[in-house]
Amino acid sequence: MIDVLIVGGGGAGLRAAIAVAETDPSMTVAVVSKVYPMRSHTVSAEGGAAGVIADGDTLDEHAYDTISGGDWLCDQDAVEAFVVEAPRELMRLEHWGCPWSRERDGRVAVRPFGGMKRMRTWYAADKTGFHLLHTLFQTTLKYQEIVRYDEWYVTSLVVDDGRVHGVVAVEIRTGRVEAIAARTVILATGGCGRVFPFTTNAAIKTGDGMSLAYRAGAPLKDMEFVQYHPTGLPFTGILITEAARAEGGWLINKDGYRYLQDYDLGQPTATPKLRSMELGPRDRLSQAFVAEQNKGRTVETPYGPVVYLDLRHLGEAKIEARIPFVRELCRSYQNLDPATDLIPVRPVVHYMMGGVHTDLHGATPVAGLFAAGETACVSINGANRLGSNSLPEILVFGARAGAAAAAFAREHREGEAAAVRSQGADEQRRLRRALESGGTGPRIADLREEMQHTLEGAAGIYRTHDTLAKAVETLESLRERAADARVDDHSTTFNTELISLVELHAMLDVAETIVASALNRTESRGAHQRLDFPARDDERFLAHSLVHRAPSGNPSVGLLPVALTRWPPGERIYGRD
Amino acid sequence: MSAKATRAGRSTGGERTITLEISRFRPEQDSEPVFETFDVPLRDDWAVLDGLNHVKDQLDGTLSFRWSCRMGVCGSCGMTVNGKPRLTCGTFLTEFGAGPVRIEPLKGFPVIRDLVVEIDDFLAKLSHVKPWLIREGEELPLTTEYAQTPEQLEAYKQYSMCINCMLCYSACPVYVLNPDFLGPAAIALAQRYNLDSRDQGDRLDLLNTDEGVWGCTFVGECTSACPKHVDPAEAIQRYKVTAAMRSVLPWARR
Repeated sequence: MIDVLIVGGGGAGLRAAIAVAETDPSMTVAVVSKVYPMRSHTVSAEGGAAGVIADGDTLDEHAYDTISGGDWLCDQDAVEAFVVEAPRELMRLEHWGCPWSRERDGRVAVRPFGGMKRMRTWYAADKTGFHLLHTLFQTTLKYQEIVRYDEWYVTSLVVDDGRVHGVVAVEIRTGRVEAIAARTVILATGGCGRVFPFTTNAAIKTGDGMSLAYRAGAPLKDMEFVQYHPTGLPFTGILITEAARAEGGWLINKDGYRYLQDYDLGQPTATPKLRSMELGPRDRLSQAFVAEQNKGRTVETPYGPVVYLDLRHLGEAKIEARIPFVRELCRSYQNLDPATDLIPVRPVVHYMMGGVHTDLHGATPVAGLFAAGETACVSINGANRLGSNSLPEILVFGARAGAAAAAFAREHREGEAAAVRSQGADEQRRLRRALESGGTGPRIADLREEMQHTLEGAAGIYRTHDTLAKAVETLESLRERAADARVDDHSTTFNTELISLVELHAMLDVAETIVASALNRTESRGAHQRLDFPARDDERFLAHSLVHRAPSGNPSVGLLPVALTRWPPGERIYGRD
Repeated sequence: MSAKATRAGRSTGGERTITLEISRFRPEQDSEPVFETFDVPLRDDWAVLDGLNHVKDQLDGTLSFRWSCRMGVCGSCGMTVNGKPRLTCGTFLTEFGAGPVRIEPLKGFPVIRDLVVEIDDFLAKLSHVKPWLIREGEELPLTTEYAQTPEQLEAYKQYSMCINCMLCYSACPVYVLNPDFLGPAAIALAQRYNLDSRDQGDRLDLLNTDEGVWGCTFVGECTSACPKHVDPAEAIQRYKVTAAMRSVLPWARR
């Protein structure tokens, strides 16, 4: 019997595992991940991690930047806890060996970042997520009590009478399906960017944890808030970090004009100005791109319209010192050198603000079930996350979920529930059927592609009732066709096609909740922009969307008031002092 | 090994194509690996991984391989491409002219299936070198960092860039013959902590062995294969010097 079973071995999951091991070494902790932990998508985070440490900065300013950046949809009690704990968590990583970039005197260095009024973003060059993940992973190796299930894929949660009792997972290497009994489960599976066709997200980001929770009866929150990052490479969707703009990079249109000045984001300055122009928030920058496109001021490429990120004036030395990975990525994947060439970029799906509804300790409404990181929605990100808030988020709320799950497990010492065996057997039968008989209908890849384009068309940067309503129908039809998706692979050994099939069903769950929530929110706020309802409507929608899976299987959307503490809703002001 | 007939894609509309010769091994049916060939579109911006995904998505759903970030940082997609260990996300099809491109699993590891190899041995070695910061005495409070100048950071930074992609092990002639050899990435990681000004640990017993640094015959293939310029060969040679110094000057550290 496992005390705390963590699904996902990225930053949030590993931080939770260490929190449990440190709280109570007698506890058994398991990390179940569909990839080896160091492959987790945290590895791709580039720019940095925000935490108040610099002279003159204050916790209140970090909170205000976060809340205004999130268009007042953040829960302010969660944000207050977050800004207090973020610097401590980042320092803890320092004590565990994270190679943070440094000032000359040996102190940790900070850089500017989008939407942040002060320099507060810690960084390890521009491979912050990579170093953070490897530091965490290597640190977990100290703890004998952390058991890993590497390349095991969780296909369902065992839930009985409103309480979680474990998971059912398939060992990918052998095809063995096993019910694993656990007193608590923490979902830390990350985001769901693969629901869209053009994303920075790795192949593994298929919303598994969101779907697991949703099917287990836990609601998802704020799923309509999908972040487009303004600077992705056009074919691959590879992210060019915001740090490139923080170090002084400019966004220019086809005429070489710094177009952000036309969108109430301030006036161009030679050196970067905080909360202004290129250091505005991601939602506003991605929306400005669409406006430029509509004005015919973008550049057409085989992979859609682009603008340019200009780093040439920074010079080779600064690029090499501060953003070497940007240069490496441009050279390897775009065949250009940012020291001498313009980088073509376009907005790209990057981050899900929404996720599994939790309280400040990561607890979901299902007893014993917790969630943390991108898969969860606490919420500190509201309608638009600020860059460099997600890495501290996975640490702060990973640790909180770990501690809370350990406390829950200590208080619930009963033995294995009967549901573990029975639901395990059911799931075994279901997966065997999918494997052996398989479908003969459409290809998984074709269904996936249709889903992705449906989401891009309906739930992209701008939305309308009509396209969303049509997407509901398309997704229903996809759901029916997916039931008969063609499965060629009947092997039990490393069957990635079977995994793709389960992932497709998870993504369809997530897609339905995104569209349903976007349809219900008849206002525009942050990353959710309705052309038919262009204004923010605090009267009706200063509230989270909460979506349950109805008995029919369809999403049912309700609202939950936002927690306000000290910052009444106001105007988001960028570039105007 | 035997070859099978080429399976062409759905209409590629006169588009240029390139042939992939892919090593298949399905333990339920194959007693040894066989090559299967597939024609995939040859596009300027397609990496070998894009070709593999085209096969998986459109031609044969049973092909098994690992991949995730497709930006050269998760370390999942290492394979042998035309005889060399490469990250398939960062290796472009156009590099191979008219083709064909031969894709095999990483050499030196047991094959689980198709292009998927077993890396449990490496995970065990990773733990073995104690790749975490070792401190003695009281920890600093969470308000204070261990000061580290940019120069001190630079001393180990390069060795911290390893993505665990296994290309160096696959390239290492020692490891292929002697799986007990600790190997390039694990030793480089030990050095990453040894050279970190914050670390107070000692990994001499782990490294100063025949399976440790002394197993290396300094062929340097690991460094050539490394996609992240970690230079494990240098890490190993430097530790040989350290270990030799300490055998004559036992109080010296590092």
